[in-house]
Amino acid sequence: MTMTVWQSAVIIAVVVLGTMMTRFLPFVVFPAGKPTPKYIRYLGDVLPFAVIGLLVVYSLKDTMVLVWPYGIPEVIAIVCIVFLHVWKKNMLLSIAAGTVVYMLLVQLVF
Amino acid sequence: MHTKSRALKAALPYTLPICAGFSFLGLAYGIYMNSLGFSFVYPMVMSLTIFAGSMEFVAANLMVTSFDPLTAFALALMVNARHLFYGISMLDKFKGVGKKKFYLIFGMCDESFSINCTTEPPEGVDRGWFMFFVTLLNHAYWFLGATIGGLLGSLISFSTEGIEFVLTALFVVIFLDQWLKTKKHSPAVIGLMASVACLVVFGSQQFIIPAMALILVVLTVLRKPLSRKEDAS
Repeated sequence: MTMTVWQSAVIIAVVVLGTMMTRFLPFVVFPAGKPTPKYIRYLGDVLPFAVIGLLVVYSLKDTMVLVWPYGIPEVIAIVCIVFLHVWKKNMLLSIAAGTVVYMLLVQLVF
Repeated sequence: MHTKSRALKAALPYTLPICAGFSFLGLAYGIYMNSLGFSFVYPMVMSLTIFAGSMEFVAANLMVTSFDPLTAFALALMVNARHLFYGISMLDKFKGVGKKKFYLIFGMCDESFSINCTTEPPEGVDRGWFMFFVTLLNHAYWFLGATIGGLLGSLISFSTEGIEFVLTALFVVIFLDQWLKTKKHSPAVIGLMASVACLVVFGSQQFIIPAMALILVVLTVLRKPLSRKEDAS
């Protein structure tokens, strides 16, 4: 570490501030007491679906698709999750099985 | 007390995959901080106060370069901009939960959001307390992982390559759950396609904000047909 404790504390503080602004802003702009504009209510209805899609992509963003192993372990694991989840609809089972498949693939096969 | 213990019991199973993911990622973060020369107090305090995994890794990097609070602040806003969408999605769900609301917003990381946004608590379980415990448990996993990682540091060696995929698996399963529960698939498809498109165009470091903008534009343009479909279902 190259900073003084005081400088580090300032960095941590501004990062907390920035992070919390992104979390609190919508609730400050659209307080519970006032009617939320229709457009924002519409976004509140459709965004959850879209943003989970964004999160799926976000969690895969560092997958190397252009060099070996071309994201093959990810694809295999996700296909397993989809089949298992549509079949059994058991959240924990699907997640555990998908993760184990992925770990086996990256440790033993690829 | 009864309300709380029931909510805790209901919340716990939903957080187990996150426990697995956060214990290891938190541990990795603590070890990383240790390797940069920080005492365990740093990952401990940062996991408790920032509680946004990717941003904490970024912050660690910022703290070993030159002192630049403005850049740190701007980066925090950009890396975490996706929280704005979470907030808009949770405006209604966080209504009427009392003082817990402050903590629910404070602790709204990707994982807590994805569970709280998509899970109906079982019959007879208070929604506010359910969401509170989901958030608190996740916060605790991350905090414990980071602190232990910071304490033990170089003593730990990993044989757990690939464990981080548990969080991808969690998001994929939540995506599937939402898909199977509804007939209106357009918002989910829009979210997926816009994100992939922006990832290809802008690269993994810069795609989030363009993706958010594109999602917003497409959802706004398609507002009429999407609202109508919603009424029909």
